[in-house]
Amino acid sequence: MNRNRTFRFVVKAVIAAIIAFIVIMAIKNLLPNPVVSAQQAANVFVIRNAKIVTVTGATIERGSVLIRDGKIAEVGARVTAPSNAKVIDATGLSVYPGLIDCGTSLGLTEIGSIQETRDTTELGDFNPHMRAIVAVQPHSELIPVSRANGTTTAITRPGGRLVSGQAALINLDGWTWQEMTVKTPAAMEMEYPRAQRGRGAAFAQPEGATNVAQLRERQLNALRQKLEDAQAYAKAKEARATDKSLPPRPVDHVLEALIPVVKGELPVLMIANAEREIKGAIDIADKYKLKLIISGAADAWKVASTLKEKNIPVIIGPVTDLPNNEDDDYDINYSHAAKLHKAGVKFAFQSDDAAYARNLPYQAGTSAAFGLPKDEALKAVTIYPAQIFGVDKLLGSIEVGKMANLIVTDGDPLEFKTSVKHMFINGKPVDLSSRHTKLYDKFKDRP
Amino acid sequence: MKRYSTILLTALVAALASVALAQNKGEVLIKNATIMTASHGVIEGGSILVRDGKIAAVGKNSEVRAGANARVIDATGMYVTPGIIDAHSHSALDSVNEGSVSVSAMVRMKDVVDNTDISIYRQLAGGTTTIHSMHGSANSIGGQNVILKLKWGKSAEEMIVPDMPRTIKFALGENPKRAGNQSNPFGQGNRPLRFPATRMGVEFTIREAFQQAREYMREWDEYAAAKERGGDLAPPRRDLKLEAIADILRGKLLVHSHCYRADEILMLMNVADEFGWKVLAFQHVLEGYKVAKEMAAHGAGGSTFSDWWAYKIEAYDAIPGNAAIMHHKGVVTSVNSDSADLARRLYQEAAKTIKYGGLTDEEALRFITLNSAKQLKMDHRIGSIDVGKDGDLAIFNANPFSIYARVEMTLIEGEVYFDRKEDMKRRETIAKEKKELIEKERRTAPQEQRQPTPPITPTVSGPGDDQPGIKQ
Repeated sequence: MNRNRTFRFVVKAVIAAIIAFIVIMAIKNLLPNPVVSAQQAANVFVIRNAKIVTVTGATIERGSVLIRDGKIAEVGARVTAPSNAKVIDATGLSVYPGLIDCGTSLGLTEIGSIQETRDTTELGDFNPHMRAIVAVQPHSELIPVSRANGTTTAITRPGGRLVSGQAALINLDGWTWQEMTVKTPAAMEMEYPRAQRGRGAAFAQPEGATNVAQLRERQLNALRQKLEDAQAYAKAKEARATDKSLPPRPVDHVLEALIPVVKGELPVLMIANAEREIKGAIDIADKYKLKLIISGAADAWKVASTLKEKNIPVIIGPVTDLPNNEDDDYDINYSHAAKLHKAGVKFAFQSDDAAYARNLPYQAGTSAAFGLPKDEALKAVTIYPAQIFGVDKLLGSIEVGKMANLIVTDGDPLEFKTSVKHMFINGKPVDLSSRHTKLYDKFKDRP
Repeated sequence: MKRYSTILLTALVAALASVALAQNKGEVLIKNATIMTASHGVIEGGSILVRDGKIAAVGKNSEVRAGANARVIDATGMYVTPGIIDAHSHSALDSVNEGSVSVSAMVRMKDVVDNTDISIYRQLAGGTTTIHSMHGSANSIGGQNVILKLKWGKSAEEMIVPDMPRTIKFALGENPKRAGNQSNPFGQGNRPLRFPATRMGVEFTIREAFQQAREYMREWDEYAAAKERGGDLAPPRRDLKLEAIADILRGKLLVHSHCYRADEILMLMNVADEFGWKVLAFQHVLEGYKVAKEMAAHGAGGSTFSDWWAYKIEAYDAIPGNAAIMHHKGVVTSVNSDSADLARRLYQEAAKTIKYGGLTDEEALRFITLNSAKQLKMDHRIGSIDVGKDGDLAIFNANPFSIYARVEMTLIEGEVYFDRKEDMKRRETIAKEKKELIEKERRTAPQEQRQPTPPITPTVSGPGDDQPGIKQ
């Protein structure tokens, strides 16, 4: 080869390289930004060779779930995963949707006996403007412990007042409460006025009332009045919105917060246990057109036909609580879910706790031991909670497009002997260690 | 209202008792069962013969022969375990705490047994047959406990285990300190403060009591010696409190101590060593896993919760692996209820130790049977399915450590005290009877006093001593 030919070759090569570069750059501009792609690879996971219990669809005996950007991207016997997806081999394991607890005080309490660590109960009877979400402590030791048996998502709620405040639906993972938020407000927490129960009831001195019945009536009237005020307030606000000549009114935070309630947009999570409390709650909901969810609901089975007819869901639990009355059937709470199921009432379980929220699957399992079909038990901690709180497009089953809140287990998640091996919340793998596992590991090998 | 409840309860007790009393002693044969013996593994296709209240034979179906008149229970597809023993209960008691004094060793729970507590029946329905019903934890040295068989329908005297080992309750940490502090979450009202207010004071209270008991014993010894020599002395004043403490020193009264933190566990063993007695079992003992080695060396058992924690600061380091670690380090470990609620599902509580501590079914079963029996010095009589032991048995529809298991039948000394089928059958009759009683009450109540049907008094079931989850 002479110099001239070599020179021409180099020139041609350089020109070809420049053309190639321009073409590549042009194509690149049509494709997503390569930097973003690299980040996405970190957000792509594929769980392979697993039994997939989708809950809403058929169970896939051996298949894969592809997770991308926090969502379930593909589910099936075969899925096409990008080569840079992180693979979790789940041979012999099962994938379930993360469990949802319909009632906790997670993040709002730490040590039961220490008032300083509790943020569940604000002063005053009417606190609809109190928002649970802003008091959620994301780094509570109770949160990782609560994940231990498969709960990924929970309602956390204030309590103890006639209107206690706004409950939030949170994911049990996140650096901040904003990151944990799934939906807020998820419901307005109320408590149907009731006679005090249990120990200390005999010593209760209802202020200014000579007996509990009187106190209850007074509280009921106050609640009705407050709802009527909220209706009037909402009406006045709407009037002003369409007619600017009307004088502006000062903001009333309590009534403002009740507007979505009296408009039937925000569900009311009403604690009502005794039969007449439940009936009373239904009456109030009828009168003020509230979207009602009954919580606690010990006697719901006695009101089952009305609940079904009016399509009112109930949150029950703990079903392991003692029967309320001495002459109740010994298994009255264990078999409650089975009765509701038979009657066609929509229901879901709650732990009604924080430190013991990890026992949620046992609420469902114990109910199954006393007559509830097993698949219904699972639904009542997955898809039914999602339906009741209006997030069934987002959570509660393994379906493409839903938030990737998943658990990978070595068996039935309602069983004691089952362990959760992997957990995803919002598409991210979650650390399954907790204060408990750390102390266990530290001391089991103490010399 | 009181009258109404009483009538109802009496009817219920009578109805249930009639079933229990209809049983005869003689022979009972349970056959075709999966037998979880708690002492020598599992027998598939097995039979148990109970004769006159005692286990007469256990083995494969072919190895066990019963007489022609034996009552036969076909347990095909079912699991049989020893009757469950709750090493920490406050059920079937009229009162729990004599907390007005720092040392109440003189009071006895056997004097306040309530045989009509509905908790007895509910716990039978969970396979529980024996409970250690204890004094509360309000004071450093509490009262003497009672061991009961849950013979629903029988008198209090018949429920108390004859010749039961005597145990006494001690308490360390937050609970005995409460009465010494005004600002506690349980509220003392305007009551005067009671010593002690700190863990230092708790240790001193116990040490002082043993010091006084030693002196008391010496007084009596001197009196006995003088009498021996023919002296004509007045006897020392009898002190029932110090008599009980002296019995601890004599090894006749065994100590079960409520505790949480590792430091106080070590403290009590230290005091015990100093005065020459042993702690038979630590109760709750939520930080037992931190000092399991020391407990094992002392010979103390540990009776703990499966998963309670975070209800107070001394329970913040509690872990559900506690039972497993204590067990692996050689501590005789049990899982208890301390609650009228959990006592109905101790098999579920034990199942949690399998999950959190990687134990076997048999180890978990011992936590609620044989080991509890050892902690009560009753393992020669109850706690496993072995020939010669009491015919106390629970029959489950599935492996008891499955969440889908429930108890079908419970026997004490060969008598059926709970039968789920019978229970279900009775419900209609009881509902009808209840309705009739209410109607009668309405008809017979004087006109001017007639009021709307009162709600049934909510049960204060099992005066809980140390319930978790203080709710607002």
